[in-house]
Formats: sequence, structure tokens, C-alpha cells
Amino acid sequence: MTTTHQAAVEAATHSYGRLVALLASQTGDVVTAEDALADAFEAALRTWPDRGVPDAPDAWLLTTARRRFIDETRRTATARRARAHVAIMIDNLASIDATGAIPDKRLELLFTCAHPAIDPKVRTPLMLQVVLGLDAQRMSSSFLVAPSTLAQRLVRAKTKIRDAGIGFRVPEADELPDRLDAVLDAIYGGYTAGRSGHDDPRRSQVADESVRLARLIADLMPDHPETLGLLAVVLYTEARRGAGRDASGAFVPLVEQPTSAWSGELVEEADGALARVRRAGFLGPFGLEAHIQAVHMERRRTGVTDWSRILGLYDTLLLVSPTAGAHVAAAAAALEAEGPAAALARLDQVGDVAATYQPWWAVRAHALRRAGEPAAADAFRRAAGMAEDPAIRSYLLGLADEP
Amino acid sequence: MKYVLLAYESDADFDARNDAERSEAYWAGWMAYSAALTEAGVAQGGAAVHPPTTATAVQLRNGERHVQDGPYPDSKEHLGGWFIIDVPDLDTALEWAARCPSSASAGTEVRPLLEM
Repeated sequence: MTTTHQAAVEAATHSYGRLVALLASQTGDVVTAEDALADAFEAALRTWPDRGVPDAPDAWLLTTARRRFIDETRRTATARRARAHVAIMIDNLASIDATGAIPDKRLELLFTCAHPAIDPKVRTPLMLQVVLGLDAQRMSSSFLVAPSTLAQRLVRAKTKIRDAGIGFRVPEADELPDRLDAVLDAIYGGYTAGRSGHDDPRRSQVADESVRLARLIADLMPDHPETLGLLAVVLYTEARRGAGRDASGAFVPLVEQPTSAWSGELVEEADGALARVRRAGFLGPFGLEAHIQAVHMERRRTGVTDWSRILGLYDTLLLVSPTAGAHVAAAAAALEAEGPAAALARLDQVGDVAATYQPWWAVRAHALRRAGEPAAADAFRRAAGMAEDPAIRSYLLGLADEP
Repeated sequence: MKYVLLAYESDADFDARNDAERSEAYWAGWMAYSAALTEAGVAQGGAAVHPPTTATAVQLRNGERHVQDGPYPDSKEHLGGWFIIDVPDLDTALEWAARCPSSASAGTEVRPLLEM
């Protein structure tokens, strides 16, 4: 994709998201807002890359939407009230001066999508759809669900927003931290779901769009350090993208990646976000995770990884966010900082997650191997049997067969 | 709920089963996956079948027997085997299907078992 093409898609998506947010926030109805702009957005994606982005993209979309949606709404005798309402709004907006600023309600829309009344499983795809215009077909592989099922879940969520009257607003200070966590978790969930697919282009797109959401929320709420923490985590991970495979396509674990394969540009941008987290003086889970990633990236300069510092940061993270993932990652750090006995003891503490969590078996296998236990081979095979990525499966099976 | 995971494989996969260079990696993947299902307590059974070249199809049409060489229906991808698993819901069944070695080649079809 050329830069011009990319910029045109970017501009169309940006305008589309802002207009959906504006219309939905005033009517409480996401479905009708999307419906009103769907044709215009499609026309923009089709024509802007060739003809160039119009001087006033918002006005272009509104005028196009006006022609198609309003005419159709007028023709349909049974036009529902919401459709008529949106039609009038588009009419009014399109008639204002093209340079007139249209209020940005995307933040409100993000909070609506991650509202506690919305099923957590659908929050991420819902955000990607309403704010960035992704369809169920393109998103379903990332979330490991059939396209028709995802489409149904999205419709149900949007109907619930309308029928339950979920407000479009940024929560008040007392409930903001919890509600913001839900938004950030949903964005990060989209990033990991997309990026763990390695080269899968449709999953890459979901990851790319999630990076865009992470940048957006850091931009809209810069005074909340967790938004910057999330952005730093995502950018550090992005910087290592591609370094997880060698020339033959074999898996390369983080500690063996040549630092020259990392993107210096993205590391610097992430460092910038992390510096702002530090200045804010508050460390939440994403801020801590960003610090951990920053220590890994320091190997660029020092040539070594400071595992005891990483372990200390994980222990702090466990105090605020004791997830299975954090426990297992702490055990992996303990293996390097303190040795196999410490790692195995930590894994045993969370043994109840073992049956379903692949990384638990991978870390356990490495710890058993380091301890010289023959049981390591079986643990590597078990981790391989639970791996989805064929390159990781081969890597683990190879380790199982080593003496 | 019980689901069957139907593992579809390509000709290259069937060839890999007995290929001197590829058979070890091929079988190691399946053994590891099958063991993971058992150890996670979700495995209810399963089987692997010989390649499509060994298949014979039988049909009765208007009282007449038609016996044919080869699989039914004929396609590029063929059933290589199946697993029956017992998991709480479709989402969990899809997670296991994604880990199935056949998902990285032809594909894995997930269907709820009809309880009789």
C-alpha cells in the first residue's frame, strides 16, 4: 500500500469515526449512526486514494451521506424515528461551514463500548467497528469466532446500547479509574489477539487498528498515565515485531533476538511515552508493564538483561494485578534471576491454571531442563501440544528432544 | 458440551506421515496435541484414518449398489482423523481446534455432537 493510499484510508477512517461518534452520542443509537454513514464511508475508501483527500473531509462525508441516507429515509414511509432524527442532524451539520469544527465524541463512544453492561467478549470488536469501521468478516479470525457469530454479537451489543439507554459520556472522577481500565483492557486485548497471529494479514490489521486506538486514547486522555503506559507497552512490542522469526521462519525467543532487529524509532517513541508516565508519578498495571518492557529493550545499549529488576517489577505488578499471565511471567524472570527452584515454586503456587495455560507449561519445561530433570521433555511436549503457532510448536518439540 | 474436531489434511500431510525427513516432526505434533487434550481432561476419544487412496465409497441407488475407489466426496483436502472433546462451550472448542496441527494446513472443522 502506498503512502498516499494509506493517508487517504487514514483520513476517511478518522472522519468516519468522529462522525459516527457525534451522531451516536446525540441519538444514543450506534446502529443508525453507522447506517447513515456506511455508503459515504465506502465511497470515500473507494475514491480518496485515487482522487486525493478532499480539503474538508468531514464535509465531504456529510454531503455524501446527506444525498444517500436522507433521500432514502425520505422515500421510506416507515422510516423509524431515529433514522429521521439522524437525517435532520446530517442535514444541519452538512450545511454548516466546512471549516466549522465538529466536536470530537470518540472518547465518549469508547467508554460506551466498554460499559459494564456490555459483554466483555464483544467490547474490543465493538470499538474497532464503531470507531474505526472494521467489519465482522475481517475481525473474526482475531477473536477466534465465526464471522456470523461475531456479527450477531455486535448487533446485540448495539441494540443493547440503544434499548438500555447506555449514556455516551466520560465517567465522573469516582468511577473513572475502573471504567478507563475496561477501555484500556479492551484495546490491549485487540492488540494481542491480532499480533499473536504473526503474519496473518487479517489479524495484523486488527493489531494495527488497535495501535491506532491506543494512540487515540493516549492523545485524548494524556493526563491519565495508564493511557500512556498502554501506548508504551504496545509500541515496545511493536518495535520487536518481526524479530520473533529468523530467516528460515523458525521461532526466536525474546532473549535470543538480535537487538538490531528491533525498530529504534518505535523504541524511542515508547521511551517518550514512558517518560511521561514517570513524570505523572502514578504507576498502574500498564505503567509497570511498560517499565518491564523498557528493561528488556535496554539490552540494546547494555548487551545484558537485568532480570532481578524485571522480577522486582513483576512482583509489584502482582500486587496490583495478580493475573495468571503475570504470575507465569514472574516465574520466567525468577528462573533467570534466582534459578529453577524459585521458578518452579512460583509455578506451583498457580498450578490450578495449568491445564489450560500454555505459557505455564513452557516456563515449567525450561525450569525443569535448567534443573536437569528428565521430566522437562514431557513438559516441553505438553507445551507444544497446546501451542497454536506452528513455529512455536516446532521450537518446543525441538527442545523436548534435546538431551 | 461434546464437540467433534474433524481434522482435514492435504496430500502433503498424508505424504509426511511416511516421509523419512518429515515423519518425525509430523507425528511429534500430533502426539503432543493428543496428549495435551488428554492431560487437560477434555479428550473423549478419537481416531486417525489411512490416506484417501485407501478409501472405498458405497452408495445404494434405486436398489443398485455402486462401489467406488477413492473417498467421498472427492476434494483436495481429506479427513485425516478426529477427536471428540468435552468442553464448556464453543469458544473453548475453537481454542482447542486452533491448536490442532491440521489447522495450520487444510483445516479443522468443529461440530457439536448430536446427543442420542
